[in-house]
Amino acid sequence: MVSAPRRYSAAFPPDVIAEIQRAADEGLYRIRGFGTLRPLPSFDDLVLLGASISRYPLEGYRERCATDVTLGTRFAKKPIKLKIPITIAGMSFGALGANAKRALGRGASAVGTSTTTGDGGMSEEERAESDILVYQVLPSRYGFDPTHLRACEAIEIVVGQGAKPGGGGMLLGHKITERVAQMRTLPVGIDQRSACRHPDWTGPDDLTIKITELREATDWKRPVFVKIGSARPRYDVQLAVKAGADVVVLDGMQGGTGATQEVFIEHAGIPTLPALRQAVEALDELGMHRRVQLVISGGIRSGADVAKALAMGADAVSIGTAALVALGCNRPIHVDDYTALGTEPGACHHCHTGRCPVGITTQDPVLESRLDVAEGARRVRNFLTVLTMEAQTLARACGKSHLHNLEPEDLAALTVEAAAMAGVPLAGTDWIPGRPSPASLRSAPSSVMRERGTRAEARVGKGKSQTET
Amino acid sequence: MIEVDLAQSSVRELNQRLHQIGPGDNEHNWEHHWRVTNPNGAHAIAVGLTAPVHVEIRGHVGYYCAGMNASAEVVVDGHAGTGLAENIMSGSVRVRGNAAQSAAASGRGGLVVIEGDASARCGISMKGVAIVVGGSVGHMSAFMGQAGTLVVCGDAGHDLGDSLYEADIFVAGKVASLGADCVEKEMMQTDVEHVVGLLARAQIAADAGRFRRYGSARRLYNFHIYHAAEY
Repeated sequence: MVSAPRRYSAAFPPDVIAEIQRAADEGLYRIRGFGTLRPLPSFDDLVLLGASISRYPLEGYRERCATDVTLGTRFAKKPIKLKIPITIAGMSFGALGANAKRALGRGASAVGTSTTTGDGGMSEEERAESDILVYQVLPSRYGFDPTHLRACEAIEIVVGQGAKPGGGGMLLGHKITERVAQMRTLPVGIDQRSACRHPDWTGPDDLTIKITELREATDWKRPVFVKIGSARPRYDVQLAVKAGADVVVLDGMQGGTGATQEVFIEHAGIPTLPALRQAVEALDELGMHRRVQLVISGGIRSGADVAKALAMGADAVSIGTAALVALGCNRPIHVDDYTALGTEPGACHHCHTGRCPVGITTQDPVLESRLDVAEGARRVRNFLTVLTMEAQTLARACGKSHLHNLEPEDLAALTVEAAAMAGVPLAGTDWIPGRPSPASLRSAPSSVMRERGTRAEARVGKGKSQTET
Repeated sequence: MIEVDLAQSSVRELNQRLHQIGPGDNEHNWEHHWRVTNPNGAHAIAVGLTAPVHVEIRGHVGYYCAGMNASAEVVVDGHAGTGLAENIMSGSVRVRGNAAQSAAASGRGGLVVIEGDASARCGISMKGVAIVVGGSVGHMSAFMGQAGTLVVCGDAGHDLGDSLYEADIFVAGKVASLGADCVEKEMMQTDVEHVVGLLARAQIAADAGRFRRYGSARRLYNFHIYHAAEY
């Protein structure tokens, strides 16, 4: 007798059944670290169009392709100058151990880029190791110190993050050690749930005044970044610009977290790809693209991602999870400790437990000692170097002497969804879903063409009127 | 005394001059007493001070007056807008009139005195500051207060001390309602002495015997299914 193959429900596959039963057993939502686990439209759905006859490539091993970027040129007296357009995203001391913060700072400084603090304030280690340090102003204000505000190179007002737009931070009790508790003025061992709104401002008009206060406190020297999670980037980017941001940091849905409700990670916000396109369009509409710099984060893993993000219009990218992976996150060592957490190397997202087998997202001294700072810094430096070289390789192939010369015209999409989200043509066509094709414009009545031309001129004129000194 | 007329000078110029006085400067090298006139509700007056100067502001101020103050004494002879003395580290800030919402938000130290009323979220996210309010406070005051003391001589609005950590709250008048995890606690002799001391520092006359004490029940410090309905 031939047995019938097992059939699983599409609506209730094994992982869904397991989660329902876990929820019924424990009565709490699932909290975890890392980022979204499900597939989403991403930079992998785009390709770069290398040069051939119609475009002229640069020699891959001989001709220069510059990588520098300056952030904060709008109002700040001292914009920050980075040698590469890849920065390290904000991750707290608390979520990460001190050795991880030190290694990130040392590795980033070795290649001339910046790191960022996080919820809980500035640790001595990261200040000592980071040549260029961005100091976050978060809703919780844990550990916020005006001395640190004056000791940083740039200020970042965090409105939201991609893993949980609209939500506050979270740090479970295992990680609230005496040092972390003291820095955050919290009782040891509590499950810290941060505020999602700032305590002293609400809405874009208040944000304008808040930015002014921070500038006044620092005598207008430091650039002020505004970081937002990707939910409604068109509105949020324009409001951040209107409020006076020097730089907008936009974190897409693929952005990571140290600990958050899984329902948040998987079901809130929009992916990085459409968020970036909308942000660039928002800046374009204001005539502020390149004048207010745009930093994109959320799922950047390779030099190809960097090149594609810059081609879409970002001025720089920021990496968090990828930097931790470079440090050793999910590395197949201490496998028994992964097993004890109920996972294995390559599938670990247990940052929230504080039991990180490789000593990155932990406050346990024994676990943390597994992360050698010098070796970690070397790996971060190497990874940032590889990202840069990969991006340069693709840029040169597209004929660009600077990474910022990459442009949407250098891109094609592999899926209809990615074409629509990124606003670039589906490969092999000139079709961008939602937009009229050049062929249809060519056949349109002349009155329609005149009308479209007038609108385009109006946009350009509006942009030019937004001049600043 | 140095007098700065904000009808003639800008907030930027005022703050720059105040910032040029370093905390380590010889006390004989700079003027201790500053008077600011015609503030006209301007924002960010006297923010980020680090030197032990006395700044007297004659009139109403806008948002974030004396924000992030360290060491300085700032007195507002008028009303104050949102975020008065936010994130104060040390020193003192006094408002002779009323203060808008989020007064002393996230304050980590020092003393904030509001002789009149304070609006909503007074002492929100407080982290060690002492706040004395001569009048009443609005709703959600001391929300998520982590450390420090809020003394209210009048009444308190709804949801006082919601999601409180270790901050202490003393209210002489009525409390409209307590927020999640905030409970009334026994007023001990040491608490009475604490209130007496703060009232004296604030130079506000009130009967310390009338105050009741509120603090965290500490039921929400760790996740638990039985507390899901608290919020």
